[in-house]
Amino acid sequence: MSEATTPLWRRRGLLEGAILLVALFAPFVVPAYTTQLAMLWIMVVIAQSWNVMGGQMGYNSFGNVIFFGVGMYTTAVLQVGLFMNVSDYNAAQGAAALQLTSFEYFLGLGLGLLAAAVMALIVAAIMGSGLLRLRGHYFAIGTLGLGIAFAEIFAGWEWVGAGSGMVTPLFPGGLGSREIFFYYAAFIAAALTFLMLRRFYAGRFGLALNAIRDDEDKAEAMGVHTTRYKTVAWCISAIFTGIAGGIVGNLVGFIDARDVAFSGITFGIWMILMTILGGKGTLWGPVLGAVVFHITQELFWTYLLGWQRVAMGLLIVIIVVFFPLGILGWARERYPEFFGHRVEGGEAAANEGRGE
Amino acid sequence: MTALLEVQEVSKSFGGIHANQNISIEVRQGEIVGLIGPNGSGKTTLFNSIVGYHPIDAGSVRFEGEEISKLQVSQIARLGMLRTFQQTRIYSKLTCVQNMLISLPHRNESIFDILRRFPPEATERAEELLEFVGLYQKRHLMAGSLSFGQQKLLEFAMALMNEPKMLLLDEPTAGINPTLINGLLERLERANSDLGITLLVIEHNMRVVMNLAQRIYCLAHGQLLAEGLPEDVRNDQRVVDAYLGAS
Amino acid sequence: MLDNLEILIVAPQFAVQLLIAGVLIGAIFALAAYGMALVWGVMNIINVVQGEFVILGGFIALTAVQVGLNPFLGIPVAFAVLFLIGYAIYKTIIFRIVDRDLFTSLLATFGLSILLQQLMNEIFGANVRVLETGLGTWFILDRSVTISQIMVVAFVIAVLIAVLVTLFMRYSRMGQAIRATAQNARAARILGIDTDKVYATTYALNAGICGAAGSLVVMALTIHPFQGLAYTVRSFTIVVVAGLGNLPGVIAAAFGLGAAEQFAGFILGAEYQLAFVFLLLVFILVWRSILLGRQRKALR
Repeated sequence: MSEATTPLWRRRGLLEGAILLVALFAPFVVPAYTTQLAMLWIMVVIAQSWNVMGGQMGYNSFGNVIFFGVGMYTTAVLQVGLFMNVSDYNAAQGAAALQLTSFEYFLGLGLGLLAAAVMALIVAAIMGSGLLRLRGHYFAIGTLGLGIAFAEIFAGWEWVGAGSGMVTPLFPGGLGSREIFFYYAAFIAAALTFLMLRRFYAGRFGLALNAIRDDEDKAEAMGVHTTRYKTVAWCISAIFTGIAGGIVGNLVGFIDARDVAFSGITFGIWMILMTILGGKGTLWGPVLGAVVFHITQELFWTYLLGWQRVAMGLLIVIIVVFFPLGILGWARERYPEFFGHRVEGGEAAANEGRGE
Repeated sequence: MTALLEVQEVSKSFGGIHANQNISIEVRQGEIVGLIGPNGSGKTTLFNSIVGYHPIDAGSVRFEGEEISKLQVSQIARLGMLRTFQQTRIYSKLTCVQNMLISLPHRNESIFDILRRFPPEATERAEELLEFVGLYQKRHLMAGSLSFGQQKLLEFAMALMNEPKMLLLDEPTAGINPTLINGLLERLERANSDLGITLLVIEHNMRVVMNLAQRIYCLAHGQLLAEGLPEDVRNDQRVVDAYLGAS
Repeated sequence: MLDNLEILIVAPQFAVQLLIAGVLIGAIFALAAYGMALVWGVMNIINVVQGEFVILGGFIALTAVQVGLNPFLGIPVAFAVLFLIGYAIYKTIIFRIVDRDLFTSLLATFGLSILLQQLMNEIFGANVRVLETGLGTWFILDRSVTISQIMVVAFVIAVLIAVLVTLFMRYSRMGQAIRATAQNARAARILGIDTDKVYATTYALNAGICGAAGSLVVMALTIHPFQGLAYTVRSFTIVVVAGLGNLPGVIAAAFGLGAAEQFAGFILGAEYQLAFVFLLLVFILVWRSILLGRQRKALR
């Protein structure tokens, strides 16, 4: 008979309830920070999504930002394309060219986000058929290269605005309502991602991914459908990242291929960093990492302006070199019982590795 | 008895080294067959050739009558032929129970099963098998923290969990405390007699292989040197010479 | 795109021009690739900040000229400055990640790449820069093919640097120590070689080579703080195709890449030249993996 001790800090979903409460009321408590808070939830989404690949499966993708950009462009293109010729819209370079009613806007947004998810999935499946054959550093650099290729290609594609970028349709609402709407959209995306991933990790999906990470050859030798799992994992990772992209495109209002949509040195690297900072391969790690990272980043922006990117680069190096285990990883070593681990004669035991 | 595994005239070279030359062996359903030979004679290479770890240069490998020499490793595993590794490979960051769960047979897994949970029977079976190899007490420990011998037992248990028809064991007693070898042998025999698993075992420990195997093949310098009943092979002068390095 | 392809077929002198330019530029790529192979082979680190070393070398050369030096003196200056910078980076950061897994070194050097990129952006500004040497063009084949003189000069200098480095590696004590460590670090240590010093020198040497390459780039092409990653990817592609420790292969692959890039830029349009470079890498990686897959092995 197996015993399970619920980790102290997870009793009766206290933590989740607290977060839910804070999240629901935040825009009214600190309205000046609504956009930043919305971005925070977006960070939570992309960090969690990346974790599926890099943390749980050990396939460190430097190109997940591809799905972010694909989602962003797909949503915007659909939002515009439903009502107007996309080329004309971009040639006119302004949302003023397109006047939408509330219904039209939200219909376009809804369908757009759905399309973003589907498109991201398709791209992941196609990319995966080639790239998932690569292992380790080849996979990492291959995805890095592909990410930049996407940025360059979209930056030259006239239909979506090429170098001038693409403006997303105007939000039908008063001042500040856009931020509040997308704040809740981002929060819902983050919550959905969390709940779905928690469910997936609890089943054979989670174990299979971890087995692939720990010893892919062994997994193959034991008959695991590794190709299938890898592809499904990347598709899941892509879907949520794509939706996040679609939301950001509308939140920011402007899509630039190199600097926003497919930006490897911002969103692309951040999703990796946040996961490592919080703790790779854990459920809450990316969430925690995203919160800490985003707050740090906002502080850098406020106080270091101009040099904040330099500080970011330095932060990456410091985190990777000195804190590779991340916050949760470090905490788990230090206080194993707190996490529901049983330590037997000096050996650490994972009681419920899935649940965090 | 039908031949479960038929290896015919298999050859494999690495650069200039002829690791396997025209090897033909046969393992029948329910048998325990031993594979012996001095270091470097090509035993592990033969295993790798059989399970698809690398392509063979010539010859054929048939499992249950089907040609498998062009299949992928995971496909062959799903057909029911597993192998254990000399260096013992397990999933180090998962617990023993988790190692066992992921070792459930995957041959009937459809794409819709991917996101499902494991049924409680799976956990029961895992714990039964862990009990069988004597690792029940350690079932919630991280596999990476087990000793080498314990990891070997875990690997064996994982193989059993996968419900194979045939198991290729690469030096199952190497590195195990001599006092525990009898226990392992007993479990191997029970796996064969109770679970009906056919065994092909590479072994260096003569006492073990002579007691365990019903038939033995001996390799030397990449070629098949002798085959037959344990006593016959043991007394074969060529085999003695090969081990003593006289040839 | 098809029009451009037609031009090449109808007027082959353009093809010759692209080929020559590609090979000339390829020599510079070969330098950076050799440096990357060196660090990879000796220390098992994939140096993603490689491209930034190149760009930085270019900026150092520019600065040297601004303080009055002859442009060609900028080359050894760039080498020396980058050598020191590489040494400093090794002593502060790299030595900590030498024994770790490849992903850590990838991510750490990527972080360094962002750091350097942004630093250069802040310090030198975000403009595309070039170092004018006043050299002109040669016309050959009936004035139908133009060859930029500075490219030829850069080619010759690159070859010279390559020869110097090869001589160093073969005949100097440190060079031999480096090669020994690359083959077997533990044995080298037992034989009394100070592996930490070898690593430091290797990393610094690589940085210096990149710096020199950069000083050639700023003369023959252009530099910009954000162009580094393209050089890193080019180097990586060349090393993947040639394999570690295969100098002739590196040279051949570098020439090939240079030429391929020129043709791609001409046929697809200059704005897609970079995309081509990155896509080529992906293509080569997947192609190799499929080839290995036919042998039922995974790419490790």
